[in-house]
Amino acid sequence: MKHTKKWYVFCIISKDWFMLLLGDDMEKKKYEEIVAKHKPTETRGQNAFIAFVTGGIVGVIGQLLTEVYSSWFDISSKDAATFMLVTLIFLASLFTALGFFDKWVTFCKCGLIIPITGFAHSMTSAGIEYRKEGPIFGLGSNIFKLAGSVILYGVVSAWFFGLLRLLIMGG
Amino acid sequence: MIYINSFLFCGLICLIGQVILDNTKLSAGHITSIFVVVGSFLDTFSIYDQIIAHVGAGAMVPITSFGHSLIHGALEKASDMGVMGLLMGMFDLTASGITAAIVFTFIFALFFKPKN
Repeated sequence: MKHTKKWYVFCIISKDWFMLLLGDDMEKKKYEEIVAKHKPTETRGQNAFIAFVTGGIVGVIGQLLTEVYSSWFDISSKDAATFMLVTLIFLASLFTALGFFDKWVTFCKCGLIIPITGFAHSMTSAGIEYRKEGPIFGLGSNIFKLAGSVILYGVVSAWFFGLLRLLIMGG
Repeated sequence: MIYINSFLFCGLICLIGQVILDNTKLSAGHITSIFVVVGSFLDTFSIYDQIIAHVGAGAMVPITSFGHSLIHGALEKASDMGVMGLLMGMFDLTASGITAAIVFTFIFALFFKPKN
């Protein structure tokens, strides 16, 4: 048998190729199974409903706090609204620091992200997470990591629209 | 009645945000930034002031009111000082919120450790 060695090598290589193909195929199958398992099934409507209800509740709490503050401290409703926003920011920061606000946000999503609580949550979670990297390059440079875009685009758009209104309508 | 309006308006804004989040590739950061721009745009023609008059705090709580407060303070100052007033009054009304968020974040970051 002259070609024994060659045949043997060919066998090994072809077996390797076969295994490779088979393995690839199996991995693909597994991958598809995993994708199917994690695919959202009819949760969009549910998510939207939860966001609507939680967002509405936050709005009602805000209105309640505004009226309570304006009657307690005898101030105008505009000042009371500022007090209310500070209260909501304080509560969101405190709950984030205590650790259970993250679970609420993953459950309610936009119901807590769109109100001012999301702004405070993003700042506090970034601050607590990056604190271990030091007071300057950790906490100081990362505190606006997520909330910075809100301030940036808010200021730029407010400046642009304000200029537009000043030029067109004269203030 | 104003409680129902608050509930409906704030809920509606969150609903719109959630629908955008679920059906597009935009992240939560994109959506909050877009909403701030929308808020400041609505206040350009004083639409947002009328919404607040009808809805109350339900319109003050969502992040759209952040953009509204920015441009509102800027325009208030601009009525006295002209174009420079836009720069001087930008943070007049939002200063309390931003300062509170920074101070609370600093205090809590000093005393608390990340949970996970």
